[in-house]
Amino acid sequence: MGELRLMKGNEALAEAAIRAGMDAYFGYPITPQSEVLEYLTREAYNRTQCTILQAESEIASINMIYGASGAGARVMTSSSSPGISLMQEGISYIAGAELPCLLVNINRGGPGLGTIQPSQGDYFQATKGGGHGDYHLIVLAPATVQEMADFVLDGWQLAEKYRNPVMILSDGALGQMMEKVELREQVDRATNVIPEWATIGKSKDRERNIITSLFIQPEEMERVNLRLQEKYKVIMDNEIRVQEQNTEDADFVIVAYGLSARIGRKVMEILRAEGMKIGLIRPITLWPYPYETIGKVAGRVKGFLSLEMNAGQMVEDVRLAVNGQCPVGHYGRMGGIIPGPDEVADVIKTMYAKIQ
Amino acid sequence: MQEIEHHYDDLSVIYERPATLLDTRMHYCPGCGHGVAHRIVMEAVEELGIQETTVGVAPVGCSVFAYHYMNVDMQEAAHGRATAVATGIKRCRPDKYVFTYQGDGDLAAIGTGETIHTVNRGENILIVFINNAIYGMTGGQMAPTTLITQKTSTTPYGREASFMGNPLKITDLLAMLPGAFYVTRQAVNTPAHVRKAKKAILNGFQWQKLNKGTCFVEIVSNCPTNWGMKPVESNKWLEEYMLPFYPLGDMKVPSKEELENG
Repeated sequence: MGELRLMKGNEALAEAAIRAGMDAYFGYPITPQSEVLEYLTREAYNRTQCTILQAESEIASINMIYGASGAGARVMTSSSSPGISLMQEGISYIAGAELPCLLVNINRGGPGLGTIQPSQGDYFQATKGGGHGDYHLIVLAPATVQEMADFVLDGWQLAEKYRNPVMILSDGALGQMMEKVELREQVDRATNVIPEWATIGKSKDRERNIITSLFIQPEEMERVNLRLQEKYKVIMDNEIRVQEQNTEDADFVIVAYGLSARIGRKVMEILRAEGMKIGLIRPITLWPYPYETIGKVAGRVKGFLSLEMNAGQMVEDVRLAVNGQCPVGHYGRMGGIIPGPDEVADVIKTMYAKIQ
Repeated sequence: MQEIEHHYDDLSVIYERPATLLDTRMHYCPGCGHGVAHRIVMEAVEELGIQETTVGVAPVGCSVFAYHYMNVDMQEAAHGRATAVATGIKRCRPDKYVFTYQGDGDLAAIGTGETIHTVNRGENILIVFINNAIYGMTGGQMAPTTLITQKTSTTPYGREASFMGNPLKITDLLAMLPGAFYVTRQAVNTPAHVRKAKKAILNGFQWQKLNKGTCFVEIVSNCPTNWGMKPVESNKWLEEYMLPFYPLGDMKVPSKEELENG
């Protein structure tokens, strides 16, 4: 068993990054995720001599990530919604140049400057592109402080396996809450492998390496896009992560991720105690999305509720997965308000009564 | 066709393309200063024997394809972000020589923030800044460095300060920052200027080893196509109009002690 600690989500993530052999972190302060930068500036260099740099903006941060990843380093940045919006251009370049890196969004309420309270309003941005062009991030959605820590190394391994940016999409509540977390062993940075495509100086025995997302000839640009799409297909075939609870006997299923999944679980317990057969599907990867899992369950249940802290974003994917087999509802609160289990339970009861 | 016999045995080559510059036809317009600037940067890399330990960063602008010509590992940055990208590289690979090659729109308009903060942090990189007072790649629009009264496609009646702001002397500004180790303005319009510019580039690469801050070399250059001039004419115009506003010379030079106590 690894070391046990009581930690904030943001700090657990930062600690996990040090232990996962991070080479560099570039970031800019923004509530509610500044603890990541603070923790790393306090802890990281002394322990692993990695690079921690407070950049002048999120735009600079993401471009430092581009450069460092292009030089073969294991790199991470973190921010919250408005900061992630600023990074979108750089993220598109990173996806286009196929650079592995870990991006963390501690989602707060928007649009605009919004609020510093938790939200899931960035689902579309994270899973449907965000920046320009046809690309995908691999998106991991933790629901516990433990997963905030675990998904760091998992995320880097996925990023490096596919040469693709990975995003941990969390929220202000998970970032700030304290829970018990079991930490993994320290990875020795010296064992990090510098990939052969990295720009670290052209040795005599190879051609120069070029990191670019520029392919000015349309035929070449299409070839690059087709290759990217093939890669995304492989990721969709192999990397979907999803958790099902009580779906075997359920006749109504809540679909929720991250913090909402915790609420969904409580709602399920409340309604099961009242004799209703409620199940829960928690997508852990938001891209690739578990369409198949939801589609299969849809054949044997009477309805779904997509529970989200937004105006209804993931519900579109639930509907795609259900494909008309049964009704799909949405319940969400916005502006940083976390829905209470009782109010959600009432929504389900009303919906359930209509379906019957 | 009968082969023509050459009798060159008694001649020796005194001037050739450096091995660090690829034997490819450049996309630059005839007479453009970029070709010369590329050449002196790559000559410096060859002469210092640092091809294997150099990483370059290309900008967005006319020199976006610099990596097609420079035979070193390179990254293509987003518009204006080359020095942030270079920071990421250098911080992770501090033993490498890292340089950016950027135009005026890239470095002094959209990338002003990154430029200033990179130099202010004293990142140990070389920044090569090509100032030709216009946006070349997009077809001759006003640049931050466009002179007052200069006509461009977006200042068709000439740049007017009260309306379009003043030309930005970003190099002067950067020379004030403590993080700057070496700041100089050179040109490539005459052979004498080219030789001085190359010396500056050599300094900028070499002094990275000292880890004492950013080396910044501005190169005042021409854009015959978008200035609407013949190459020779453009070089005269550069001398006559650009250099009085952008005078050549060093703005910040390391002292002997700084260089000796490396």
